[in-house]
Parts: sequence; structure tokens; C-alpha cells
Amino acid sequence: MAYKDEQLIEEKVFKDPVHRYIHVRDRAVWDLIATPEFQRLRRIKQLGTTNLTFHGAEHSRFNHSLGVYEIVRRITNNFADRERWDREQRLLCLCAALLHDLGHGPFSHSFEKVFKLDHEQFTQKIILGDTKVNHILKKVSADFPEKVADVIAKTYSDKLVVSLISSQIDADRMDYLQRDAYFTGVSYGHFDMERILRVMRPMDDQVVIKSTGMHAVEDYIMSRYQMYWQVYFHPVTRSAEVILSKIFQRARVLYEDDTYQFQLEPTHFISFFEERVKLSDYLKLDDMIVYYYFQQWQEEKDDILADLCYRFINRHLFKYVEYNPDPQINAGMELYQLFKKAGINPDYYLVVDSSSDLPYDFYRPGEEEERLPIHLLMPDGGLKELSRHSDIVEAISGKKRTDHKLYFPKDRIQAIEDTELKKRILDILYGKE
Amino acid sequence: MLDNHAKLLYFFSKAKQVTGRKKLQKMIYILQQCRVPFEEKYQFHFYGPYSEELTLRVEELCNLNFLNEEKEEKSNYHQYHYSITEDGATFLNQFEVNIPEIEDRINVLQDCSARFLELVSTVLYFSYLPREEIIDKVHTVKPKLKYTDEEMNEAFQFIDELQDKSSH
Repeated sequence: MAYKDEQLIEEKVFKDPVHRYIHVRDRAVWDLIATPEFQRLRRIKQLGTTNLTFHGAEHSRFNHSLGVYEIVRRITNNFADRERWDREQRLLCLCAALLHDLGHGPFSHSFEKVFKLDHEQFTQKIILGDTKVNHILKKVSADFPEKVADVIAKTYSDKLVVSLISSQIDADRMDYLQRDAYFTGVSYGHFDMERILRVMRPMDDQVVIKSTGMHAVEDYIMSRYQMYWQVYFHPVTRSAEVILSKIFQRARVLYEDDTYQFQLEPTHFISFFEERVKLSDYLKLDDMIVYYYFQQWQEEKDDILADLCYRFINRHLFKYVEYNPDPQINAGMELYQLFKKAGINPDYYLVVDSSSDLPYDFYRPGEEEERLPIHLLMPDGGLKELSRHSDIVEAISGKKRTDHKLYFPKDRIQAIEDTELKKRILDILYGKE
Repeated sequence: MLDNHAKLLYFFSKAKQVTGRKKLQKMIYILQQCRVPFEEKYQFHFYGPYSEELTLRVEELCNLNFLNEEKEEKSNYHQYHYSITEDGATFLNQFEVNIPEIEDRINVLQDCSARFLELVSTVLYFSYLPREEIIDKVHTVKPKLKYTDEEMNEAFQFIDELQDKSSH
């Protein structure tokens, strides 16, 4: 029997708190899960620093990747007898779902911002490079790695296949919303996924939703909206992300300073500082390695690096105030100077964080051909964009909410000895102008 | 602080008015590929390279009243027009935006249709491939748009000219 058709003698299952069971029967899927590149995802937390706000959020990219695989498995089973579904695409969908986050690194959002990297490019490199994952995919067929990479990059010819993994209502989002809600313990994020899966219909180039299932989709959109503001944009998590970025930034500056001697050399980060990252360097990084450095760097001679690491490790985070750049831009510039005068380096200790700095989105139908929206399949066979038919979705997607926060170490400000200087800084920050 | 917002405002101050979100998305991407240091992260979507970060940053600029967004009702969709406001210009004046001269290139892009910019940005997205493979790729990811050989040649020539401008 060809490898692509090979089935395990007995179905394997993973117990899962979100989907109850994750079922594996395909030999290729089972072999992919066993690769070092996929097992590495166990050591990368799905939500980065969110566990500093919601202590339960310790789940990994491994959990999530299996979850996305399971949702796609159920969808392809549901589609099996539908006219517009090509059954030959099944294994491709399953492998792309399983491997879609393979290139994520530790705390990838902050890491990628500082070092100008893109985890999607690493996903491509792992799938197409000389790796165990690539060898297994090649056993399916010589061109199978390229196909899987194209589906994940959204450049595959069959847009229906792409839209299962990546669209406004895809398996990726359906898993992470539920999983993140479960592990953070919040009551938002729940919706009737089984119902959504039942009303999904394959069309030529996208998955659409039978109009009778609109209410289940409304619930999904509401969950996404709530999770966005209550979990993903939580200001305390953002404070930890700010500190994390500043640690990477400081370590790089010190590395580039020939006069500075690290007590613990940043061996794992050198190729990132020098912008010559090889895949093998990238794969060596995980949360544990990063935590090890941060733990050790608390003892560094450089006050800024040691302090930032202490704050991150011991959850001694920056405080924040709402920041409106319009009337406050002059105040922001004055603060910058006052921080300098107080001996608090503003490049590391005075940071504006905007909602656009974060990697999550909520549903917006957008303009025609800007981005593919969610389409309802109407009884007459026509398609209608969701917010044109649902008052709830229209209300949410019409309401634009953005924010900017200013982060700073309040304890350091309180410790300023010059009382006038301290008062002036606190007055600007807390609006006693 | 807010350097990326200031860079976008600088773009709008030079562009005067931009019509269409898709056109805006493609213009910023094309300029980014010409080494203009916009930092918005792009991914490939149905209609070519798309940046959620750019969408959100533009929303932020509108909410701050630095950008004016006008919504025009079309038959079955909306079209948006963007222009910098007085507040936006005042904000921008307080910044030293570190960006090369881009006015010429913006004018060239403004004169192009959204369809053509979609083609150009898609070609740029696959620019790591040889020319023949880029053409195959464009036909694969955008079969419905049926780009002709002439349009393809025009896109390659357009990119050469634009990149030539950026090196001067």
C-alpha cells in the first residue's frame, strides 16, 4: 500500500480537554507528530506571556496544532460525500492543519518584532528544508512538501483547501478561541462549534455557511470579539510583552558593545543579533532556553538588563496609563526628557503600546476585495456577506475600538529623590496638569 | 514612540487622498518592497499581500482624528477614501520622520488601477522565484483575474522602473 494511503492498525487517540478526543488513523500524520520539529512545539506556550495574567494559560502550540488538525479532520469527514469536495485533498488538509504553526518560536510576537523575523517563513523552511518533517512529507509524494507549504502560505491553487486552515472562520481560529478560553478560565470564547461544522458548505473557492446556521456564527464572532479585548489585549499581558521586547533589545545593544562582557554569553541569540539565523539555530530555541537566560541575566552587571529580567521573571511589571497621542504628544516628549533627567533610560522604561502592535484581529467585513469575508449561503443559492444579514455582527464590526497605553516602572519613579521632578512626572502621567 | 504611525501619516501627507483600502494595502506593500521602511507585516491573502497591522493602524489614525475616512456606498460594497486631517498634519510636524523621498513613487502608484497594483504586489511577493515561475504562480493564485501576457510584462517593467527610482 502506498504510504499516502497507509492506515494505522488501530486508531490512536489523544485525550484533549477541548475536543475530548483527537483521532489519528493516517500513518503519515502519526509519523509527523513524532518528529523532533513537531515535538518542539510542546516547549512553546501558545499564549506567550498571558500566563502572567491568567495563570492557567500554560498550554502549548503542540496542543493547539493537534486541535486544529482534529477540527479539519471532522470537517473533511463531513465534506466526504459533498459534490464540490475533492477527497484527494484530505491528507493535504490534515497535514497542513497539523503543521500550520510549526515555525513559531518562543514568545514569537515580541521576538519577531525585535529581530524582524517571520515565523511563517520558518514554517516554510522546516517543511521544505532538510528536516524529519520534510522526509516524511516526501514519502507521501515528491511534491507533497511544496503543496503543504503552499496551503499554509495561502498560495495553493485550491482556495477551498486554504480557507479551511486560514480564513475568517477557519479551524485555526475555532481551536484557539476555545482552547484559550478553556485554559485562561474565562467564560467568553465558547460557541457551538459542532453546529458550525454541520452548516459549513464547500464551494469552488471558499467555505461558506448555510444561512440557517447564522446564529451559531454570530456566537463565534461574539466570542472572538470578547476574547480579543478580555484576553489577548489584556493590559497586564501587554506590560509583560513590553518588558520582553526591551530585554531582547537591551541584550542586542550590549552584544554590539565591544566593551561589555556578559557573565552569561548570549550563545543562543548570537545569530539573531547578527541577523544570520540558520534553521538549526532557530530550532534550538524554546521557552525553557529563553527563561534560562533571563533567570541568569538577573545577575548581569548591566543594570538595565538585570532589572528588566528581574521584572519579567518575578512578575514585577510596568504600570500603565491610557495614552491619547493627540493632546498629549507634547506631554509625551516632556516625559521623555524628564525620565532622562531622573536617570531612568526612556528608551527602555517609557513605552507606548498600541492595539495595532498585537497580532490578533476581530471580524471586519472590509471593502470589496480587501480581504475575504464570511459568506452565508442563502436559500436561493446566492451568497451574502455576514454583516449584511446579521444585525449583531454589523453592530460589532461597525464599532471600531483601538487604544494606546503608556507603560513605565512606577516603583522607579516613586524612588526619585528630587521631589519636584518626581511630582512633575506623576502629574503628567496621572493627569494633574 | 508611535514612529510607525508617523510614517504612515507622512505617506498620507504626500498622497493627499487614497481611494480604496485594497489600493492602500498594495501601495504600502509595493513601497515596502522598494526599501521604504514601513514596518507593517504582510501575509498572502486571497487578493494578494495583505497586512492586518496596517488595517488596524489606519483605524487607530482615524480614531485619533489624524486621518479622515469617508465611506462611499457602492452597489454591493463600500469604498473608503482617506486623507490626512489638520490634527494629523500638526502631529506629523512634531516628528522627525526618517523616510526617503517617496512622493514621485506615490504619484506613479496613484495613477495605477487596483487590479494592476494587485498584480504588481503579487509579482513582488514571489520575487524570490525566477521570472517564468513567478508568472506561473500568479496564474495559479489568481486564475479568475486572467492577467494577459501584456499585463505581466507591464508589471515587470513597472517594478524595474520603480526600483530604479528608489535607487536614485
